[in-house]
Amino acid sequence: MSLETEAGSRAAVAELLLSVADDEFVIGFWDSEWTGIAPMLEEDVATSSIAQDEIGHARALYELLATLTDDDADRIAFGRDSAAYRHAALLEHARGDWAFSVARRWLYETADAVRLSALARSRWEPLANLASKMRREETYHRMHADAWLRRLADGPRDVRARLAGSLVRLWPDAQEVFAPLAGEEELVRHGVLPDPMAALHATWQAEVRANLAPIVGGLAPAQPSVDGRERRTDDFRWLHGQFTLVARSEVGATW
Amino acid sequence: MVSVAAGQTREQRVWAALAEIPDPEIPAISLVELGVIGDVRVDDAGRLARIQLLPTFIGCPAIDVMRRQITERLTELEVAVRVEVEVSFATPWTSERISPSGRERLRLSGFAPPVMTDIQDLDELAVLPVAECPFCGSRSTTLDNPFGPTLCRAIYHCTSCRQPFEQFKRI
Repeated sequence: MSLETEAGSRAAVAELLLSVADDEFVIGFWDSEWTGIAPMLEEDVATSSIAQDEIGHARALYELLATLTDDDADRIAFGRDSAAYRHAALLEHARGDWAFSVARRWLYETADAVRLSALARSRWEPLANLASKMRREETYHRMHADAWLRRLADGPRDVRARLAGSLVRLWPDAQEVFAPLAGEEELVRHGVLPDPMAALHATWQAEVRANLAPIVGGLAPAQPSVDGRERRTDDFRWLHGQFTLVARSEVGATW
Repeated sequence: MVSVAAGQTREQRVWAALAEIPDPEIPAISLVELGVIGDVRVDDAGRLARIQLLPTFIGCPAIDVMRRQITERLTELEVAVRVEVEVSFATPWTSERISPSGRERLRLSGFAPPVMTDIQDLDELAVLPVAECPFCGSRSTTLDNPFGPTLCRAIYHCTSCRQPFEQFKRI
């Protein structure tokens, strides 16, 4: 494959890697905010462990991207302006209450699973290898998200209402995990992305609609939008300020 | 010039040296027993030693420590002029890679080794098996948390000897 040498393809792959990496990086940071204040001790451990996994996935993806673009993984992770991040709108919101975090994580995990099963079939081997390894770890995350969704859905009226409200509120932004990428045609043609985002989106939506129907009833029709990965808000600008704090305090420092 | 001891190839010497490096998080077990060494290549002239490192979990914070330990140990060994450690996902690390002696050492240091099964199907991975208590051998145990103090551990409780214990997670 001419991927490494063709500038056009390289840019398209870089965009794909950045979108997945930023998703994992940002949800990892939101989740790490629960460390110490989760509803119970075991959940403190679980959320922190999941957050560490996600940031680890982001690191591996940033490293892959850095080899492709001759950049530095830490620079990509911490050296960008907040407007340059490409995570989906779903991951833009502050953590909210526990029901909101559970709703978001469940929507994200189900979407990520569909995306990873496609990336594991990528014809670009380094990406296929990494995605296959990530899928094994994400299986535990999905199990965890499913357990919490069921638990809140079977809870008292107030808990059910908070969960349902969060799912409905996040539903439009959850579609944006599958927002079209600028270089997508190129990616599909080369088999880097085996299926177009629209096809992955349809697969995901059919699956989650069926699972969410007992909790929220019918969900409004919703489609990904062109700017689904470009909407930065004050919530994220605050988080960005937090996670770049140390890197900014002593630029170029190593330890 | 780098020399080779009689009767041993450079690669055999590298494997022997790696077998003496303890895992940074569970020092009872070596990197070789843990199965994180994928491939070892040393050219005949002893110019370059290439070690493939397979992380247990992608986000494992011990990877950098392992990489440093390997580089230092092999540099000391003077088996090649240059040592290169490549973190690879080409062969995914799975819990089946822990050697029989590694499993025994885990048990002796109070960790339940992962239940042995070759898992290809991810849905099967999601079914958490019963763990065997490393203290009394009972299989009457309950899972407290599939997530533990490090990425690769789960927390169980033994209903026979009433001890909490950790299991090296099946992945």
